[in-house]
Amino acid sequence: MEHARAATIDFRGCVQKNVIVSTPAIEFEALTKDYAFGFWRKRQRRALDALTFEVREGEVFGFLGPNGAGKTTTLKLLMSLIFPTSGTARIRGRSIGDIEMHREIGFLPEQPYFYDYLTARELLDYSARFFKFTASDRRERVTRFLERVGLSAAADVQLRRFSKGMLQRVGIAQAILHDPQVIFLDEPTSGLDPVGRREVREIILDLQRQGRTVFFSTHILPDAEVLCDRVAVLVGGKLQGVGAPQEIVSIEVQGMEVLFELPAGRTVPTAFASHVTPSGGAYRLDVPEAQLYDAVAQLRACDARILSVTQLKPTLEDYFFKLVGHDAAPSYAVEVANK
Amino acid sequence: MSSVPFFVAVNTFRESVRDRVLYNLIFFALLMIVAAVFVGQISIGIERLVIVNLGLSAISLLGLVMSVFIGVGLVYKEIERRTLYSILAKPVRRWEFLAGKYLGLLLTLAINTALMTLGLFLALLYVNHAIVRADAPILLAVYFILLEFALVTALALFFSCFSTPMLSTLYTLGLFIGGTFASDLRDAGALSSSGVVKALTSILYYALPNFSNFNVIGATAHGDAIPFTLVWQNTAYAAIYILALLLAASAVFSNRNLK
Repeated sequence: MEHARAATIDFRGCVQKNVIVSTPAIEFEALTKDYAFGFWRKRQRRALDALTFEVREGEVFGFLGPNGAGKTTTLKLLMSLIFPTSGTARIRGRSIGDIEMHREIGFLPEQPYFYDYLTARELLDYSARFFKFTASDRRERVTRFLERVGLSAAADVQLRRFSKGMLQRVGIAQAILHDPQVIFLDEPTSGLDPVGRREVREIILDLQRQGRTVFFSTHILPDAEVLCDRVAVLVGGKLQGVGAPQEIVSIEVQGMEVLFELPAGRTVPTAFASHVTPSGGAYRLDVPEAQLYDAVAQLRACDARILSVTQLKPTLEDYFFKLVGHDAAPSYAVEVANK
Repeated sequence: MSSVPFFVAVNTFRESVRDRVLYNLIFFALLMIVAAVFVGQISIGIERLVIVNLGLSAISLLGLVMSVFIGVGLVYKEIERRTLYSILAKPVRRWEFLAGKYLGLLLTLAINTALMTLGLFLALLYVNHAIVRADAPILLAVYFILLEFALVTALALFFSCFSTPMLSTLYTLGLFIGGTFASDLRDAGALSSSGVVKALTSILYYALPNFSNFNVIGATAHGDAIPFTLVWQNTAYAAIYILALLLAASAVFSNRNLK
């Protein structure tokens, strides 16, 4: 667990920076959630274990973890859909129990399901009513946000006829319709096709450009790498680390990848033949960074044509899998007590 | 005064309409047409009695079915389908949502009942060729039926906050049947020589919602006068019982972890 320890150190550093810079958008303070189970509900399973970190204003923050890690539990706690066993959280300095704070936040649930007898326009209008807009402001917003998520043509179609991607988009529209400062998205790109994922990513980046804080949970790591200023990794209800994706993965030892072609009749130098793999008519050589120049010199000596040299950075996915192992499953949640 | 319950109520009413809940009106209309056409042939001189009896009983039965079967799913369905999540993430208090769901179903029941009452009066007009002053107590009987619906819906909503629709239906129907026969239960207990049985039936009589108080269908059909004291007594009784049930439902729902 060296990664976890290293990342946690980084996380502590981030907190210190955060306190100095500004009021955090979201603060978690030892947030813990236990679920009772069993016939008499006397046994307890810890779904979230003393979650403590902060999210800064204006950042896109990825909340990563395998299924059952506690991501949705965390979001439900923030939305007061469930209540913490201990600890607390604040959004823009206000308690999560403060209902007026909900004027400043937007929320897209996981696999959203809305009233399917409503049309997209009716759903957005219904959502807007809770924010005391005037009728004309409501109409204008609904039209604008339907356009923004690309649903203008389907505005008057009942939601029961919507595809999963369309539901996700209308879900995002209802979450941002009132211009919230902090937006929570639970698995916003899950189950979408590549086009849908790109559209959702663009909406998130657009929100970031407007200075909003976006906190989204995902297990789709490439999305997190592309979008996030910082990420937190949660496994088995426990925080494994917080930091920029690059910072988190840079803990790993790095290597170099050399892509090259050989003239006809030439063979791969024997010194590193075991590190070379054919790759679509060319060859790929993986070497430690310290041996790069020596390897390139040897390749040039045998008239190899160097196509590219790339730094081998471990991806967030590599880091993630190292943390969770191979059987990432809901079983990570820990049973904590037998009463 | 928060307008949130009003928004939720309107949406709940829209849900009922789009789920074709008001289609029961077709059945009621057919029943009234058949009754009006054939009642003169089979019951000479008692047409009014039959039409009023049949009409009010049908209004009561159809409304009760709606109250129970829609009421028990009011909250449960929202939790199961997770439609509630995006609503409660907005500045909506749980009690406001609950009040809105209750008022929405009540609005549906009121409109449904109003339309059926209109059908009943049309059938009376067909049979008697006139609506007379003596028919006015029918409106009072309908008002009592509405109070009954409001009470049953509050019971169903209360159970819906923590139980499955099937169990909630059993609880609500059980209490409705128990409450309808509460007086009989107490009378039966009074005949017993056991003090425990007497005490138990007496407690049940006071604890159960007394639905028999709301039933004036027979008296109305026979043209008997309904005392005014019964109007305010029933209104106050229903209001207190409903308020207590809604407060209890709100307390349960506000502290519930949504799955």
